[in-house]
Amino acid sequence: MHAFSQILKTEARLYLRDTSTMVLTIALPTLILVVLGLIPTLRQPTADLGGQSFITYFTPSLLVVTLAMVGVNVLPTVLATYRERGILRRLATTPASPLALLLAQLVLALIGILISAVLLAMVARLAFGVPLPQHPLGFAAALVLGTAALLALGLLVAAAAPTARSAQALTVPVFMVVMFFGGVYLPRFLLPDFIAEIGAYAPPGVQALLDAWTGTAPHPLHLVIMAVVAVAAGALATKLFRWQ
Amino acid sequence: MPVIEVSHLHKRYGETVAVQDVSFDVAAGEIFGVLGPNGAGKTTTVECVAGLRVPDGGEVSVLGLDPRRDATRLRHLVGVQLQESRLPDRLRVAEALEMYASFYRDPADPAQLIDELGLGEKRNTPYDKLSGGQKQRLSIALALVGNPKIAILDELTTGLDPQARRDTWSLIERVRDRGVTIVLVTHFMEEAERLCDRLAVIDKGRVMALDSPAGLVSAVVPDQRIRFRPSTPLDDHLLTGLPQVTSVTRSGTQVVVTGTGDVLHAVTSVLARNQIIAADLRLEQATLDDAFVELTGRRLTD
Repeated sequence: MHAFSQILKTEARLYLRDTSTMVLTIALPTLILVVLGLIPTLRQPTADLGGQSFITYFTPSLLVVTLAMVGVNVLPTVLATYRERGILRRLATTPASPLALLLAQLVLALIGILISAVLLAMVARLAFGVPLPQHPLGFAAALVLGTAALLALGLLVAAAAPTARSAQALTVPVFMVVMFFGGVYLPRFLLPDFIAEIGAYAPPGVQALLDAWTGTAPHPLHLVIMAVVAVAAGALATKLFRWQ
Repeated sequence: MPVIEVSHLHKRYGETVAVQDVSFDVAAGEIFGVLGPNGAGKTTTVECVAGLRVPDGGEVSVLGLDPRRDATRLRHLVGVQLQESRLPDRLRVAEALEMYASFYRDPADPAQLIDELGLGEKRNTPYDKLSGGQKQRLSIALALVGNPKIAILDELTTGLDPQARRDTWSLIERVRDRGVTIVLVTHFMEEAERLCDRLAVIDKGRVMALDSPAGLVSAVVPDQRIRFRPSTPLDDHLLTGLPQVTSVTRSGTQVVVTGTGDVLHAVTSVLARNQIIAADLRLEQATLDDAFVELTGRRLTD
């Protein structure tokens, strides 16, 4: 336990020292929110969006930015780099397990996502009057399961990529698909219906986040799909993961 | 008493046989070298000793324990410095050592170890700002921070400049003086000759020779050559009659005597008895490099 807390402390330090990654993962969604929020028309309620403002409608999609960044970009790149540098293998020669390092990375990813989500919700609420998630329990469930699904996908990428460079190459398309179906590149009401429908089932499950944010209980099927993706990708990653 | 016993080790990767048949013992407190060209099976051998790989055949025992079955216990007792193992760029020297120290039951004091390895002024320097020699010393420090009984060091001076290499060598000797048994994997002749008490020459997955560097040289290439200029004319028969001498030839005013064993002592005794002074006396002995060529039919290239 002492070893794990030391590893976690060290990894947290390294994360804090990497300012650009930290800004990208934690502050980026909030920064985009602020930029969009400065445009007055985006703050007006719109009939097209069922009387919501664009900002209100778009905020859950911004959460996808952090989830995608942490889950399928930072996590696999860090792990693949650690493997390539022989850091995981070196740990395997000590009484500490490389698994401890992997767990520390997952803990940090979760903390980063949590801080980012709270920051986004607070700024959206205080600066632009976007209501806080109206179905807190459903929101928590959607966030946890969506995060789990993306982290598992990230682990799968880290497991499948032989080198740090190929991990980075693999993360790009996965990251873009997640962002696209999450309605980050184009707001979902501009996407064709079938693509928006796919987005509901694609990790991290933006529809469930949106529903919970606006006060509807998330559709159970949406949540179940995320859990299935998390378990399946996680299991496959465990099978494929190499420490060296 | 041996602390490491390897007998008939065999390891293959798919179709490729990496280690064919390797046996050796390492005694407590010695610096044991594993010498051979790239791809000879050196790293695979020590990785089996370190418990990082499972042998396909043969027995490995480290401090009386099985590297696979007793892995958890052995990890507290064996420090390993792996080939080409780096640290995160932003990790600082002291942080790395403190983290690794926390893994062990009875670790060395990280601050003291940092000073001993001459990294005192670099304790707050991030890994990517260290020189090659400093990175290597940090890597050695990480292998020693658990106060191991055995340290396995793989290719520890590869990529270092000659000065840093010599500094690392004296560091290894100091570590041995603290009672740590050292297994050193190398493909540098000079390193093996300078540091190792005994060494195993490995080629194509087999042990070609197992001896002290000097013993190995004299066993494989026994001939020594003595050159001198005698102060008075010398009758060759004085020397050719000696059992240690194989030949006497002349090169200008120089006499060249070839022989084995304590030929130098035998020749100088004869000269002294005949009141002949040997000017410009030189003894030429084969090097480990020559022995290696003799054993494997090729030269180790750096």
